[in-house]
Amino acid sequence: MIRLVLQRIALLVPTLLGLSVLLFLWVRALPGGPATALLGERATPEAVERINRLYGFDQPLLQQYLKYVGQLATGNFGTSTRTNRPVLEEFLNRFPATVELTVLALVIAIGIGIPLGYVAARRQGRLTDHATVVASLIGVTIPVFFLAFLLKWLFAVQLGWFPSAGRQDPSMVATHPTGFYVLDGLLTREWDASWDAIVHLVLPAIALGSIPLAIIARITRASVIEVQNADYVRTARAKGLRRTRLRSRVILRNAMLPVSTTIGLQVGLLLSGAVLTETVFAYPGIGSFLAEAIFNLDYAVLQGFVLIIAVVYALANLAVDVSYGLIDPRMRTR
Amino acid sequence: MRTFLRFAASGVAVGLVLTGCAASDRDGGGTAEETSDGARDTFIFAASADPASLDPAFANDGESFRVGRQIFEGLVGTEPGTPDPAPLLAESWETSEDGLQYTFQLKEGVKFHDGTDFDADAVCFNFERWNNFTGVLQSESLSYYWQKVNGGFATSDTPSLNGTGKYESCEAPDATTAVINLKSPLPELISALSLPSFSMQSPTALEEYDADGVTGEGDAPVLPEYATAHPTGTGPYVFDSWSPGEQVVLTANEDYWGEVGQVKRIVFSVISDATARRQALQAGDIDGYDLVGPADVDALKEAGFQIVNRDPFNILYLAMNQANPDLADVKVRQAIAHAINKDALVAQTLPEGTEVATNFVPPSVAGWNPDVATYDYDPAKAKALLAEAGKSTLTIDFNYPTNVSRPYMPTPEQVFTAISADLEAVGITVNPVPEPWSPDYLDRMQGTPDHGIHLLGWTGDYNDTYNFVSVFFGAKSNEWGFDNPELFQALADARYQPSAEEQKTAYEEVNAQIMDLLPGVPLAHPVPSLAFKPEIQGYPASPVQDEVYNVITIED
Repeated sequence: MIRLVLQRIALLVPTLLGLSVLLFLWVRALPGGPATALLGERATPEAVERINRLYGFDQPLLQQYLKYVGQLATGNFGTSTRTNRPVLEEFLNRFPATVELTVLALVIAIGIGIPLGYVAARRQGRLTDHATVVASLIGVTIPVFFLAFLLKWLFAVQLGWFPSAGRQDPSMVATHPTGFYVLDGLLTREWDASWDAIVHLVLPAIALGSIPLAIIARITRASVIEVQNADYVRTARAKGLRRTRLRSRVILRNAMLPVSTTIGLQVGLLLSGAVLTETVFAYPGIGSFLAEAIFNLDYAVLQGFVLIIAVVYALANLAVDVSYGLIDPRMRTR
Repeated sequence: MRTFLRFAASGVAVGLVLTGCAASDRDGGGTAEETSDGARDTFIFAASADPASLDPAFANDGESFRVGRQIFEGLVGTEPGTPDPAPLLAESWETSEDGLQYTFQLKEGVKFHDGTDFDADAVCFNFERWNNFTGVLQSESLSYYWQKVNGGFATSDTPSLNGTGKYESCEAPDATTAVINLKSPLPELISALSLPSFSMQSPTALEEYDADGVTGEGDAPVLPEYATAHPTGTGPYVFDSWSPGEQVVLTANEDYWGEVGQVKRIVFSVISDATARRQALQAGDIDGYDLVGPADVDALKEAGFQIVNRDPFNILYLAMNQANPDLADVKVRQAIAHAINKDALVAQTLPEGTEVATNFVPPSVAGWNPDVATYDYDPAKAKALLAEAGKSTLTIDFNYPTNVSRPYMPTPEQVFTAISADLEAVGITVNPVPEPWSPDYLDRMQGTPDHGIHLLGWTGDYNDTYNFVSVFFGAKSNEWGFDNPELFQALADARYQPSAEEQKTAYEEVNAQIMDLLPGVPLAHPVPSLAFKPEIQGYPASPVQDEVYNVITIED
């Protein structure tokens, strides 16, 4: 098990190096330059040249890349040309917000998706099943930004049940020792701040969780249908295994394997969906910051954030592989 | 199965609890702080971005200035609602005859937020600081306005900035008198000092929090503690906190020398998306926001929100590139000017309240001339002029930017469509050349002679004709494609007139001269709009955005 983890971590190194080359070249192939973005209209060519010299954009590509990788090795992801703060600091400032959002989105997706898929499979071919299949199809096909916009328009703007933007009511005075606002309120006993943070999370989390929810429901349904018709299930049933035990220990446990793989893959979907959801809800996480970095051609942030997100994604999938071991005893010995 | 039903049921229950709590929380009207008499004293304004720097000397963007105006004050402010300079921390000033010495009489008894006295030594400390910026501090992204106004630094590695500034020295003969000596005249100094970049900052705090300690590691400047967490000025609000990407919070300066005001806490909520700002106002999450899209104005008004307009301090124009042989003919340029129906253009494509332009400066700027040649809408005359020029079948390139919204040009595509229709109507064939704003469009207009007629504009920084017209016509440029040393000289001469009155007359003549040459057609001065909740009263809209929130009142 430990060997597997170490192996996977070692594999991460070449993956990230390759990614860093791709990112580096891709970012520099974008039209325009950061100097133009920084100085705006009416920038004199001398000023552009000075900025390029200052930031090293006039050096040969290979030199720029080696310098970049050298800095990465020391944990230096460069400095945002827009905010003049270190990229890593910007990431760490915003990461808790995105973690809260994606965790809640995932909780919604799993908490509703798995039961839904299971129930549909149990009632295969009946109305509940058809309704679930159609609903999940709609869930997968509705674009995140559209759903986010719709939820916001209805529940925030028209009905006023939820706030339309941000993480915390601006008129609320709250302390934030960890940056995880829901947790902070619990730690500091500012319960109303915790509630306020949760209330701010609900709409974006539903929007963000919709597609993973639909996917998880579909995979669960398919997987449960397949497993419940398997030979070993029939054997177990024939042996007279109690129905609840059969369902929870045999069917569900075996059906969960593909589902847990799917959940791992959803983390990537959630992180990319966060760019749109956070922008619509003006939610100050890494997604909305990334969107602004794109508009402002903030090279360092684009490179740094995508790279760190890739690491997070890889680690999330590693965690899923480890969870296989918990679900499937056979994996533990491999 | 039972486990799962339980799971599902608890999920639904949590959802219901969340919804219920959310609703009840918000019905209660919440957590807004209230004063003892029950009136609300928190003002929440949506910013489109974080401030770039809380040290205004290192800022040149609107969001930094918006925050900086609350915390800091300069020697010179503006008359409310106008761009005209007015006393602020300096109660009065005198200029020597040769224009090389400015003597400021300072307000007495003013203290910075950290308790440091504001006096002539503090003034000199600030001027010396700006002039002695070195290394990365001289980057245009940081000390932009000092460079632009002063023209250089005490010393610099860049030859064009090394000792080329106009500022020479500052003296403090007594605590309330500060004397600024210049090497050569700088007539726009007083107007320029109303910019937030030239705010007075506490010398104690600047030193304590290492304000000039911008580190260059990692190829980009990283701002020091002062510019991120300890801005210290004399203004009516004190810095409280900044959560990047989320909000900047200020609280009232109870020891302020002027009016403390009803608003005791300002929250600048960062909402980068324009639609999200509008919806946040509609949802009641914020009290107001800036740069309301023209298309949203009517809907917001109908929903009971207030729209507040600033007097325009900008210009949208159609430039006619004289490097193009057809456009080098003044008759063709006049024909184009007569062909455009500016009134219809403004009514159809620009925000309500927008003024039709006749000069390349807005009417609030000294030097605006009411008697310039105006080239009124007259398609018949346009056709006649084209025939006279022998260009009855003329084809020209019309360059315009796509997917961009500028304060002076909210919807370039619409402006293009309206003008092309006018031009086609007098027999000119328009060849549309759309391009993305940055860098393609700007590069082509300003860096190459390869364009025909095009749309562009400018928003002024402070009340000075030079700040507008010299940007366009100060020297030969690719954008306009003409070389007219007479005009360039007239403009340079106007800048150095001994008195404000003579300067105004000289600029009026320059503006008339420009409109006779007709290098382009000034189209409009579009009005920037802000939107507020109905209970927000007395927002001090200013053409140069000198808006300080201590005068705002919030009704119950």
